[in-house]
Amino acid sequence: MIRFDNVSKTYPKQNRPALRDVSLEIEKGEFVFLVGSSGSGKSTFLRLVLREERASHGMVHVLGKDLARLSNWKVPQMRRQLGTVFQDFRLLPNKTVAQNVAFAQEVIGRSRGETRKSVPQVLDLVGLGGKEDRMPGELSGGEQQRVAIARAFVNRPMLLIADEPTGNLDPQTSVGIMKLLDRINRTGTTVVMATHDQNIVDQMRKRVIELEKGRLVRDQVRGVYGYQH
Amino acid sequence: MRAQFVLSEIGVGLRRNLTMTFAVVVSVALSLALFGGALLMREQVSTMKDYWYDKVNVSIFLCNKGDAQSDPACTKGAVTDQEKASIKADLDKMGIVQHIYHESEDEAYKHYQQQYGKTAYASSITPDQMEESFRVKLKDPQKYKVIATAFSGRDGVQSVQDQRSILENLFSLMNGMNVAALCVMALMLVIALMLIVNTVRVSAFSRRRETGIMRLVGASSFYIQLPFIMEAAFAGLIGGVVACGMLMLGRYFLIDGGLDLQQKMQLVKFIGWDAVLSKLPLVLAIGLLMPALAAFAALRKYLRV
Repeated sequence: MIRFDNVSKTYPKQNRPALRDVSLEIEKGEFVFLVGSSGSGKSTFLRLVLREERASHGMVHVLGKDLARLSNWKVPQMRRQLGTVFQDFRLLPNKTVAQNVAFAQEVIGRSRGETRKSVPQVLDLVGLGGKEDRMPGELSGGEQQRVAIARAFVNRPMLLIADEPTGNLDPQTSVGIMKLLDRINRTGTTVVMATHDQNIVDQMRKRVIELEKGRLVRDQVRGVYGYQH
Repeated sequence: MRAQFVLSEIGVGLRRNLTMTFAVVVSVALSLALFGGALLMREQVSTMKDYWYDKVNVSIFLCNKGDAQSDPACTKGAVTDQEKASIKADLDKMGIVQHIYHESEDEAYKHYQQQYGKTAYASSITPDQMEESFRVKLKDPQKYKVIATAFSGRDGVQSVQDQRSILENLFSLMNGMNVAALCVMALMLVIALMLIVNTVRVSAFSRRRETGIMRLVGASSFYIQLPFIMEAAFAGLIGGVVACGMLMLGRYFLIDGGLDLQQKMQLVKFIGWDAVLSKLPLVLAIGLLMPALAAFAALRKYLRV
């Protein structure tokens, strides 16, 4: 699903690489936590997977494709198989819940019939059935994140990337979001989640990848947030 | 492709930047109207030039039968073959002459009909009313006077005309106006393009949420850019339509109504509606394409896709 071979990334005009010689593989259907302090390279890792950036050295494979060799005009096709969720939700404030989710299908040219069918389905899945016509501003933070997850999942991606999805939420709401991500994972979708939330990582007992100053320092099956000695 | 979705995005974009859209429409309209006006002015100049205008400098008109009664220069009757031959021989001897054309009455009639064919006055003319002439090309156009003194008053010569003196001033005035119009047009065009670039920038910024999401869910760059380009093209097209309206009104008020030059200057042939209409597609096409291209170029700078 995702394979990094000796990947380094140095941003222009910076001496210190943001990622240094990282090699790892994430299989289909896995649930992976990406942990590390701020500036450890988590965001760079996700940006490389989304091909917002290209690796300076090494090879990045996502969904079996070598991203260095993927031409620009094929990138959108690749991204259609990825879903993305962010800490700040990134919903469109002037569209309703259903319109926000439908937007992800409209802009890739899916038919209206398809949208009419899949939007209520995915809203039910995230637990927002009945709130289709609300505006994002009327929803709680947890509900807004559910809308964002619905939008990321409506095109049935192979891989869901979540960048601190619980960063703005209280612990109880976060648990709900994690349950939802777990449910999505159980449908066969690979989930990669960057997080600072120790409780969540410790409770879920999933694979943990830790970065520190751009290096891969830990890759542990059924891990916890901090070091285990 | 979902047309309705794209159209609604364009509508939202245009309304959001209403003042900017208005400025784009006005500047595109003005620059295109000046452009079209310059084209029409050039056409007017070439309409006013007769068959010989660009070929010769001096015309020696010979007396015809009608002139024998009416014109004091032709009291001895129509020109004879002998007189013609001697004029031709004298012209041939002159060093300043580069080339001599002879225009018979029939040819003169033909050329006249070509230029004025459609007017009522032209259709009342018959070939025998036309004058035969020698059309002379000089090595140095300034030496017109030499020909004039040599041939005016001579038997069989009705008049000697410096071809250019009549229209040259008018044409140089019109050419000057033409250049001025093109300069102002260039300036307006630059303004229009800068406005479009700025509009795209503002529009890209105010829609960065949407475009960011579009990018993430895998919308093609064409799909992301399309609304911006269509917005610019639409504003430009409106500008083009306004410019077309201005050109048509301009012709109407100068020639038919308003100033009514058609009535006041009956001997001048003005460009017809067909000339105006033939320019409109070009004006519309430029109005549509130029802003679209400008928007496309601006997007490369201001929108990541």
